[in-house]
Amino acid sequence: MQIPVPFSPDQASTFASDTDNLYAFLWTLTIIFGLGLVIAIFFFAVKYRRRSPNEVGHPVAGAIGLELTWTIIPFLIFMGIFAWGTELYFKIYRTPSAAKEVYVVGKQWMWKIQHTEGQREIDELHVPVGTRIKLIMTTEDVIHSFYIPAFRMKLDVVPGRYSTVWFEPTQVGKYELFCAEYCGTSHSGMIGSVYVMEPAEYQAWLAGGTGEGSPAQQGEKLFQQLACNSCHLANGQGRGPRLQGVFGSTVELGDGSKIVANEDYVRESILNPRAKVVAGFQPIMPTFQGLVSEEQVLQLVAYVRSLTQEGQAGGTTPSGSTSTSPGGNPTPPNNQSKPNAGQAPARQRP
Amino acid sequence: MSTEAEVLAPRVNYLNVAYGVKSWLLTKDHKRIAILYLLTVTLFFFVGGIFAAGVRLELLTPKGDLLQSDTYNRFFTMHGIVMVFFFLIPSIPAVLGNFLIPIMVGAKDLAFPRINLLSWYIYVLGGLFTILAIVLGGVDTGWTFYAPLSTNYANGNVLLAGIGVFITGFSSILTGLNFIVTVHTMRAPGMTWFRLPLFVWSHYATSLVMILGTPVIAITVLLMALERIAHVGIFDPALGGDPVLFQHLFWFYSHPAVYIMILPAMGVISELIANMARKNIFGYKFVAFSSIAIAVFGFLVWGHHLFTSTQSIYAGMVFSILSYAVAIPSAIKVFNWTATLYRGSISYDTPMLYAFGFIGFFIIGGMTGLFLAALGLDIHMHDTYFVVAHFHYIMVGGAVMGYLGGMHFWWPKITGRMYPEGWARFGALVVFVGFNLTFFPQFLLGYMGMPRRYHAYPDHFQVLNVMSTAGASVLGVGYLIPMIYLIWSLKYGPKAPANPWGAVGLEWTTPSPPPTENFPETPVVTWDAYEFRPIEEAEVIGALGPGDEPDISGRH
Amino acid sequence: MADSHVTTHYGLAHHFDNMEQQKEAGSLGMWTFLITEIMFFGGMFLAYILYRGKYGNDFAIASSHLDWKLGGINTMVLIVSSLTMAMAVYFSQKGNKKWLLTCIALTMMFGATFLVIKGFEYHDKYVTHHIPLRDFWSWTEPNGEALPGDSGHVQMFYWLYFAMTGVHALHMVVGLGIMSVIFWMAMRDRFTPTYHSPVEISGLYWHFVDIVWIFLFPLLYLLGAHLTHH
Repeated sequence: MQIPVPFSPDQASTFASDTDNLYAFLWTLTIIFGLGLVIAIFFFAVKYRRRSPNEVGHPVAGAIGLELTWTIIPFLIFMGIFAWGTELYFKIYRTPSAAKEVYVVGKQWMWKIQHTEGQREIDELHVPVGTRIKLIMTTEDVIHSFYIPAFRMKLDVVPGRYSTVWFEPTQVGKYELFCAEYCGTSHSGMIGSVYVMEPAEYQAWLAGGTGEGSPAQQGEKLFQQLACNSCHLANGQGRGPRLQGVFGSTVELGDGSKIVANEDYVRESILNPRAKVVAGFQPIMPTFQGLVSEEQVLQLVAYVRSLTQEGQAGGTTPSGSTSTSPGGNPTPPNNQSKPNAGQAPARQRP
Repeated sequence: MSTEAEVLAPRVNYLNVAYGVKSWLLTKDHKRIAILYLLTVTLFFFVGGIFAAGVRLELLTPKGDLLQSDTYNRFFTMHGIVMVFFFLIPSIPAVLGNFLIPIMVGAKDLAFPRINLLSWYIYVLGGLFTILAIVLGGVDTGWTFYAPLSTNYANGNVLLAGIGVFITGFSSILTGLNFIVTVHTMRAPGMTWFRLPLFVWSHYATSLVMILGTPVIAITVLLMALERIAHVGIFDPALGGDPVLFQHLFWFYSHPAVYIMILPAMGVISELIANMARKNIFGYKFVAFSSIAIAVFGFLVWGHHLFTSTQSIYAGMVFSILSYAVAIPSAIKVFNWTATLYRGSISYDTPMLYAFGFIGFFIIGGMTGLFLAALGLDIHMHDTYFVVAHFHYIMVGGAVMGYLGGMHFWWPKITGRMYPEGWARFGALVVFVGFNLTFFPQFLLGYMGMPRRYHAYPDHFQVLNVMSTAGASVLGVGYLIPMIYLIWSLKYGPKAPANPWGAVGLEWTTPSPPPTENFPETPVVTWDAYEFRPIEEAEVIGALGPGDEPDISGRH
Repeated sequence: MADSHVTTHYGLAHHFDNMEQQKEAGSLGMWTFLITEIMFFGGMFLAYILYRGKYGNDFAIASSHLDWKLGGINTMVLIVSSLTMAMAVYFSQKGNKKWLLTCIALTMMFGATFLVIKGFEYHDKYVTHHIPLRDFWSWTEPNGEALPGDSGHVQMFYWLYFAMTGVHALHMVVGLGIMSVIFWMAMRDRFTPTYHSPVEISGLYWHFVDIVWIFLFPLLYLLGAHLTHH
């Protein structure tokens, strides 16, 4: 159902018409409610206008029935709106597991984007129409907010954590991309464009990309450059834990607690290695804070993920990953049961 | 210490009892302190207004051509800080509340007159720091001071402005403390809780928010400032801190602060409606307790500012449902005000026009709050101009309309002079039109996706922005008109009688302007609030027929 | 009660009807103020609780470098000062000037003792560079060897430590100022068995400051007291 709403951006994602419907409903409610009250006030103001200077009003005792009526009816309506809004919220902020991933790094004052195939872009995002896209976002400095009005989608990008959100574009075209959280001097310059393309066109665009390789491949190079591989040996004999199959599994820590190894955990382990040390290992890993940029961390995370996906069919399936994600946005690690690689391209495309 | 309890000559009032700068700057009279607040608050209103003008002028064109982006950022930041902390929060409580609460409860003064004066000095000191921050180049963090922008990146005078906000918070705390103690202990004989004017109830609720919320913003700003100086990481993820913690702490105060601004205005409107319709307020207890309910629920909804801040979606649900809960007492007030008009004797004098305007703005401001409290819809609307329009409808449409309405209503009492009614009605009309023209287009801009705090914007947002700026210039004129005729009336206005409106309430039983001790002797109260006719005559409409009041109950 | 000014007490402010009303206003005012104070400290307690939950081990390690013995002595000192304060209120009610003055003097002495001990503790942290200031902080042994615990988290603990105890000490200083005024008023015979509410109200404040410390001591000092070092 698509109701045309005046003064609204293009409806270019699966969220758009749902959002617009709720919006239109609320304006309707506002108009009915507001007009009713205004008419009542106008009617009373005319009918009971003061006719002589010494006139006083007629006392009217309160009416409990009336009070209850205008308490309970709004309450019921409000609960209806609450339920509607919540349903939409869950739809937008619960990321489906099968989605094509795109990495986003915010920085004063630009959006740096990298696709799993290796293409990089700045302040532009190319996506194929009719495909679920999952954004994995972080920032190098202050809080930003990734906002595409035509998709009715927005999420803050907070330093120190990964924010994930998804969307599915429904209409080919060029749309606006804004930073919605005030981020300093050139906040209003932190804007860009989203290009929604036909799949074939999109493939052509991908083919014209740079030869840098996928983020996972770049992560693998970094892994060697930074000599991570001297401790994290594939045979499990190193001073650090073996990383194959770790991503998405449940890790036991030195203090006996357990944690699901998701993006945030891997990120923390690189930047703040002593925070959660795996049981049986010494806290000897140095921090890489300041040595790697957020983009490089994302690449390393992508590499660690790829070690799971190529190595095994699923490890331990994390169930309630909500608890480990600091922001609470569930980021279901989509390592398990990836049905087809076309929907969400495999990490290691040659 | 106690001054001589002199017997005042009839013509002596609080204004002419003593002359000279010292008699004002060292006064302990709540009425004189209210005048001090009036002057400083008006000054800050114009400072904030100048920044607003700069912001609107810049937004006339899509390109950032009038101001540099850094300058623009400072303009909207200073507009926010000055208007919120130095105008809206103190406006009604510290001016009208200070003047009226002791008189309304039948006391000679607030419970702690010296603390009252101290609160004004604290306010001025905080104001001086803020002015200094402006003079030295302003602040560029937004009035919200979000970390880590404010702690690690902003290049403005964040510390000075933070100190200003920190200091002025204590002024607010002391005012709230004074009101609470006054209402509890200083009521005249016979002035029971349920005989109190609703103005007092709403100020009591406001004071609760002031004393419970303000210390939290003080400590939050302090933590922010220390973080900026020492950089130890409480809000910095690189050191293990959490920037979202700042937002939680900030909004724990700053959302209830919205109720510090709107609750007193609601109290004013209750007075205006009852007195200008010369009728008892409909559902007195519901209106009174709805103020308390708003103050209490107001503390539980801060998280609705963080729906897109990556907080847990389940926390979002809780904050959303509580936000709807806080809307209900607000709706109750609007319904009761409307019902109060039924069988009243309604005057169209200026205070009532402001009251009508307030209700109109508050309906729109309140209803659009329901849009933003709807979780999924807020994803699209958060941090857009829709939010800007919404809170201006509440804060400017609500709080400032209440302030102006109250100012007109009690002007004869405060100054002993009448203002020119014709000009005042004209001014109210200009404000009403200008306000709608300024802020209504911003709702549309917001839904179209224009983010707030943008110095330059895509071309297709221009038409609505031009409308908004045009409206702002009308609104600016609308605010200057009362300023001019009110000053004019001080010298040329006709002398005001004790009760020009035929209103009830203790403040109208004492001369205009009142003597220093407010009443020749402590009044004894034997009547209910808004009792224009004995209650025995009251009509009971509880068992109303379906056709009796179709416009109120038959809604939805 | 409208004609109460016939029998005006010298301590009655002009705007109150009678002494009872004034006393009620004064003590309600102080209680309201103390609620404000709870909220003021509450913000810091909240930050402490959050980060202690997150970095419990590092906080314990950091805490073990505070001297719980000195903290414990200070706790005792404050508890005793609360006792002398309560006694001061008692003697003001009885109109016993000599003992009132003695008790207030003792209370102030204990308060000052607390601050002196606190000063020694702060000095110790200064010497070891455990004050989290830019270019000053150093979480190392004198020989440059790194101490256990994540330096950033430890730094956060010390920052909260200084913020919380610093604000508390500031309240103590204000308390000493108030007590000096009370002492001076008592010297000049301002208090009588019918008029002693300033002593009571100041006492409320003093007890509050003590109670805050009762919470600070275990949270800050005892958290890591089980860890041994050096």
